[in-house]
Amino acid sequence: MLEIRALRKVYEGHGRQVEALHNITFSVRAGEFVCVVGPSGCGKTTLLRCLGGLLPPTSGEVTVAGAPVAGPPDGLAIVFQEYGRSLFPWLRVAENVALPLKSKGLGKAQRAAIVGESLAAVGLADAAGAYPWQLSGGMQQRVAIARALAFQPRVLLLDEPFAAVDAQTRADLEDLVRSVWQRFGVTLLFVTHDIDESVYLAERVIILSSSPTVVVEDLAIDLPAARDQLTTRADPRFIELRGHVYAQVQKAKRSHE
Amino acid sequence: MTSALRRAAVFFALPITLLAIWWFASAGSTDFLMPPLAKILEVFPETWSRHRLTHDVAPSLIRLAVGFAGALLIGIGAGVVIGSSRVVRLFAEPVLEFLRAIPPPALVPIFILVAGIDNVMKVLVIISGCVWPIVLNTVEGVRGADPVLAETCRSYRIGEMLRLRMFVLRSASPQIVTGARQALSIGIILMVISEMKAASEGLGFTIREFQTGYQFPQMWSGVLLLGLIGVVLSLLFRVAENRVLVWYHGQRAAARVSR
Ligand SMILES: Nc1ncnc2c1ncn2[C@@H]1O[C@H](COP(=O)(O)OP(=O)(O)OP(=O)(O)O)[C@@H](O)[C@H]1O
Ligand SMILES: [Mg+2]
Repeated sequence: MLEIRALRKVYEGHGRQVEALHNITFSVRAGEFVCVVGPSGCGKTTLLRCLGGLLPPTSGEVTVAGAPVAGPPDGLAIVFQEYGRSLFPWLRVAENVALPLKSKGLGKAQRAAIVGESLAAVGLADAAGAYPWQLSGGMQQRVAIARALAFQPRVLLLDEPFAAVDAQTRADLEDLVRSVWQRFGVTLLFVTHDIDESVYLAERVIILSSSPTVVVEDLAIDLPAARDQLTTRADPRFIELRGHVYAQVQKAKRSHE
Repeated sequence: MTSALRRAAVFFALPITLLAIWWFASAGSTDFLMPPLAKILEVFPETWSRHRLTHDVAPSLIRLAVGFAGALLIGIGAGVVIGSSRVVRLFAEPVLEFLRAIPPPALVPIFILVAGIDNVMKVLVIISGCVWPIVLNTVEGVRGADPVLAETCRSYRIGEMLRLRMFVLRSASPQIVTGARQALSIGIILMVISEMKAASEGLGFTIREFQTGYQFPQMWSGVLLLGLIGVVLSLLFRVAENRVLVWYHGQRAAARVSR
């Protein structure tokens, strides 16, 4: 579903060159849940923006569903790292979720049905009439996720979605994303710098190094599909995988020093 | 209820104080140019009779409304075009910077020169004065749009018209409102000025007639009426603003509370 081959991205401007991605190659099969972990500033957001067609790569190739990415591809939705700023403050929650559907040309009744469904899926049916700035950070994040779900994408990219919410909300949102993935069968690429989170959520974890950024390891997570905050996190296999990812990230950091 | 009363009290406190000062200071005035306020208020009802209101005040206000609406349309349109394109902005910037540096009242003599006889000319004068603050503020507003929202629009492939309506104009609306407020006060000034030369009806024309006819209490009543019109228009403006910018005021209040 997603193919990334020898992707390199250099930001230029203001007399400064930043190589955000050195050489990235990996692929994601349809319906897979893949987490990308890497230290802060290693280029995770850059990677998502290249995949989402918002940023042209310096070199290398990115394809979504077999088609090379030139602009934002069909059937792909992104939940931005700055989710709070990605909601339109002048639109109510339901209107925020409905806007992409309006652009798709769906009728009013159809829009209302999908919006209601997606808000219910993230537990925000009651907040449809609120403005985003009346909601807590965690609720805003769920609105951003609901909007992505309503879009009914085949590929969903999430950029460190839970970095700014408290631990309890975070656990709830993690389970929400798992259940959404299982229910809607989307291909999901989830970026995080939290090692525990990546192992808990994904079927596969891609570990990125710090700059110059390359893929350090592509690790299959062989935990049972039904995950639970308590039992999964206490599972010896979980602890083993987490330790492995942690060691890899550390090694990737050290090798550049 | 009490809070509404208190707001009304605050709102009227200063105007009433000033009128009281005016009343007492001018009470025994024998100055021909400065008649007592009592005298001005006395001639007010007969001066602004139904006939004057429909034949002089209404045409002025209609020209103001048409001119202001035209300036909004042109100003927002030009502002969006200039604000959205770097190339256009590069071309327009020197002219805009020049115009920004000129205080609008300084342009008034020029408008007096070109103010013509017919309605079209007067409306054009109003438009040409009102359009600048709207253009400049719209450009700022469009440029200041949040890049995360812009990427959200791109990523969800929001169509061009919907993007303009739901993103560009809405996100620039606080600045557009600021520009429109400045434009409204310029518009009122130009409404009067455009009628002071070569006109045959209008509020500004009537005030000038009183002045040249040495009818000073009547002239002052016209100034008072002009002030009242200004107050009413700014109240109407605030009602409109509160409707357009609910989200903006709410968001700012929410940000203040959380900080
Ligand atoms: N628009 C840009 N112009 C120039 N440099 C940029 C730009 N965006 C990102 N960078 C640089 O590219 C590198 C990678 O940035 P990126 O935002 O992709 O990292 P990240 O892994 O998402 O970080 P974080 O975990 O903090 O979100 C950083 O060094 C950053 O300074
Ligand atoms: Mg990032």
